[in-house]
Amino acid sequence: MAIDTNKCVGCTDCVVACQTENNVPIGFCRDWITETVDGTYPNIEIELRSERCNHCDNAPCVRCCPTGASQVADGGIVITVEDECIGCGACIESCPYEARYTHPEGYVDKCTFCLHRVKEGELPACVSVCPTKCMYFGDIDDPNSDVSKVMKFRKYKTLAPEAGTDPHIFYLI
Amino acid sequence: MKEELIISGRNLPHIDPHLNLWHWQISLYLFLGGLAAGILFFAALVTLLGKEKEYEGAVKFATLIPPIALVIGLFVLIIDLSHMWYAWRLYVTFRITSPMSWGAWTLMLVTPISFLWVMSYMKEYFLYWRWKEGWLHKIEWVVDWLANNRKLMAWILIPSTIILGIYTGILLSAFNARPLWNNSILGILFLTSGLSTGAAMIILFGRSHKERKLFSKIDLILIGIELFLITHMFMGMLAGSQVQLEASELLLGGQFAVTFWVFVVILGLVFPAILEIFELIGFRVPVYVPALLVLMGGVVFRFVMIDAGQLTRFLY
Repeated sequence: MAIDTNKCVGCTDCVVACQTENNVPIGFCRDWITETVDGTYPNIEIELRSERCNHCDNAPCVRCCPTGASQVADGGIVITVEDECIGCGACIESCPYEARYTHPEGYVDKCTFCLHRVKEGELPACVSVCPTKCMYFGDIDDPNSDVSKVMKFRKYKTLAPEAGTDPHIFYLI
Repeated sequence: MKEELIISGRNLPHIDPHLNLWHWQISLYLFLGGLAAGILFFAALVTLLGKEKEYEGAVKFATLIPPIALVIGLFVLIIDLSHMWYAWRLYVTFRITSPMSWGAWTLMLVTPISFLWVMSYMKEYFLYWRWKEGWLHKIEWVVDWLANNRKLMAWILIPSTIILGIYTGILLSAFNARPLWNNSILGILFLTSGLSTGAAMIILFGRSHKERKLFSKIDLILIGIELFLITHMFMGMLAGSQVQLEASELLLGGQFAVTFWVFVVILGLVFPAILEIFELIGFRVPVYVPALLVLMGGVVFRFVMIDAGQLTRFLY
């Protein structure tokens, strides 16, 4: 997934869409908006980012899970299987993006890139509702996907690359 | 000036504003697991060297602690699981990359053996039981068999207690998201600390002057190694990346500095070491004072590491 920080206005539509689509309990969220303010007024720069699980290639949550509940689904999406999760919290401790939380029912929950929608050929809920169309979703290995096309001509960054997790949310800058 | 804020009102329990998911249960378990590993390691070593008669405290009396410690430790671990009715999932798989999986299986091995070890000394604890009568007669062969096969248990215990002692540290060091934990010294540091608290417990249960003196010496050496490893850990962090510098700052001058330096390093390591040296060169020091201090240091060390480690992070 690529997210255009220049187009994002921080409206939180993606957060609400996710909560609705995935029945996220009240008070919890799988995605959130971060605002970075750099400089001193009047020379100020603001960056808005819609953040969520980075579906890392070298996912520490998958590595440290003692039961295999945290796993990589087909296509590289990192998911948690409720019935295999014991709620030990190792994955939450291991995530540099704090993208996981304990669901009130006990298991650990997180962004799935709306795997159930993606399987049907639809876009994740957050991408589909974005009013500024700042999110691009697709298979990074496919040169014709939306995300590959936009990353060809734009500069981008990832969050905390120094954590060594090979994150797969790209912020266009 | 750069400022980062989550503006969509995220307030996840135990995660915002900073991670505080693991609490006293984990710290207590790390201490009890290390302690049990330490005691059983020395008991197994003494047995394999054939010195059971000389060091009875180590093999016969201090070993009453590990079953209790492990049961309490496992109990608090399980109540800490938020999806605890699925805990059996740990035992239908083995994840080679997950230290917690290694730990779960090691506990499955060490905990029963710690009980069997105590059982093997049943006849020596209760000298006046009538083993030829009633229900005792039915279990006599088990107790006899265990007593005759103590060396076998000791051979299993040596590697498994080392894994038990070291995995608690490796478990934490495997989390690259927590810069304070993410250093390769932590495994061996936790193992040393566990062995040191084990030796201290054996001193408390020591049956002879000779035994207490030997374990005081062992404890002294382990304290020396531990102090070196702590120095080494800080050297590594201070020469590390920005996040590690910030992590070491928590213990070197930040909010955990006093707890760490006063209760762990000075009262838990340096002071008992001085007392043990005094004792070895002939001064009369009540033997339980340094031993209790070492145990206290071990507990506080686990609490500091768990609480401070969760404050360290990469983002925001």
